[in-house]
Amino acid sequence: MTGVQLRARHVTRRFGAFTAVDDVSMQVQPGEVVGLLGANGAGKTTLIRMLLGLIAVTSGSVELLGGPPDRQRRRGLGYVPQGLGLYGDLTVAENLTFSARAYGSAEPELPPGLTGRAGVLVRELPLGAQRQVAFLAALAHSPELLVLDEPTSGVDVLARAALWDTIRGQAERGVGVLVTTHYMQEAQQCDRLLLMSNGQLVAQGSEADIIGSTTAVAVHTGDWAQAFAALNAAGQPVMLAGRAIRVANASPAELQQVLNAAGIQASLQPVPATIEERMLMLARATDAS
Amino acid sequence: MYAVRSATVRFGHVLALDDVTVEVPGGSVVAVVGGDGAGKSTLLRALAGEVPLDSGTIEAPPKQRLGYLPASSGSWAALTVTQNIDFVAGIYGLAGEELTARRAELLDRASLTSAASRLAARLSGGMRRKLGFTMAIVHRPDLLILDEPSTGIDPVSRIDLWRLASEAAASGAAVLMSTTYLDEAERAAHLVVLDSGKVLVQGSYDQVRAGFTGVVTQTGEPVRAEWAWRRGRVQHEYWPGGGPPPEATVVPPDLEDIVIALSLARRNAVPS
Repeated sequence: MTGVQLRARHVTRRFGAFTAVDDVSMQVQPGEVVGLLGANGAGKTTLIRMLLGLIAVTSGSVELLGGPPDRQRRRGLGYVPQGLGLYGDLTVAENLTFSARAYGSAEPELPPGLTGRAGVLVRELPLGAQRQVAFLAALAHSPELLVLDEPTSGVDVLARAALWDTIRGQAERGVGVLVTTHYMQEAQQCDRLLLMSNGQLVAQGSEADIIGSTTAVAVHTGDWAQAFAALNAAGQPVMLAGRAIRVANASPAELQQVLNAAGIQASLQPVPATIEERMLMLARATDAS
Repeated sequence: MYAVRSATVRFGHVLALDDVTVEVPGGSVVAVVGGDGAGKSTLLRALAGEVPLDSGTIEAPPKQRLGYLPASSGSWAALTVTQNIDFVAGIYGLAGEELTARRAELLDRASLTSAASRLAARLSGGMRRKLGFTMAIVHRPDLLILDEPSTGIDPVSRIDLWRLASEAAASGAAVLMSTTYLDEAERAAHLVVLDSGKVLVQGSYDQVRAGFTGVVTQTGEPVRAEWAWRRGRVQHEYWPGGGPPPEATVVPPDLEDIVIALSLARRNAVPS
């Protein structure tokens, strides 16, 4: 497996007057895990659907496994959409048989978590088990490229760790992976990140590249809810990390004033900003415009 | 104070809740975490009066003083944002100027004002969840039950949802929510970890952390695979009775480590 597995060149997609994806260029190489980040509605899923040839581009071009994304090239693709793409009214075994026949591959064996559940209707499985089935179906034909749209949303921590084991294992075999996520801890497991906002690719590279010039101040106080309410009411870009309050691109003096006025004792400390804080600043810039 | 006491719920031969007691005091947020099939939704639905108990008791306000956001949808796709809110408000007898004022207030607090006339089907996932939330609190309930309000929602909308939940608690409501995000659970005044229908541990974050025994180490190659889990590019491994190899790197466990370690301890002790 050599060469770029997935590529977009100046891709734009409009729906009526609305531009969902705006002049995006990106690529995925064999063996790398690329994380696609952005708020709900930023254009991530639309971009993925164009890359896979499921919807047409308005302008620009896409390449899947060396050429236009047609049915033949999609044979080399493993895709787990947000909605999982399984048939709820079919059993686990029937779903796996269906996808194996569609790809002309052998049927996968059930992993330990699913043994004894072959005859269960997919819609009766808990979400984590359904995701496991969707992964199994997507991997059965040994794809060269994996595209995963929020693969771990709603999945508990243990199942999440197991799914990431699978993802990293595939990458080590040379499979390129494009994955969207809202878990920043997962974003940190990617080799490279892309950040979309309002249809545009606004940053790419390492976590530090994504964060860019965003800064943050941590507010240490006894009662987080009170301080959070006061800073929020003052229009400050407040974030929460556990029970810690953080404010992006803030001036400590200004924060101190707000807290003093509300009668809240707190100590302030400049801290490295996070990807979430960059996303918050992007969202506020959009709201203001 | 609202509560589920010694609650047991069976679905056929599956024990969904096994002698579970959880209290939800007014003015605070209680978070329920746990894996698939742990019993989170069943617990919430039991308190909401949507699932009958096989044994145990429920202390909940009457239906008209209760707000419930189910795990699925929570709004009607073919109605606009305004129509969704007005419909639910109508059920509680809210009308006229009172409704106009309450709707405006809710839309503003959920940052949905500019989307007021949009069909719910055309909202992003985060906006739809916030709409469901405003519908659950339109009548200022005494008990607010939220089933995974933030799953699949981007980090920025998630903060909006937390602001709404903590505002509801600050104005006196008892809030019970489930989540798969452990950093959110840390924020709750009280957290409950469920596994296979049983309470693994509950208390404030500090209590849960203080009560955790054993040692968590960080490693590239776990010694015992059945006690290890992936954290980013490395693995963490749990030593329930202490005693990791002397060369191992011990890390302070966060809530995610604690929940996984306790789940593994239960799983590895109980032959399945």
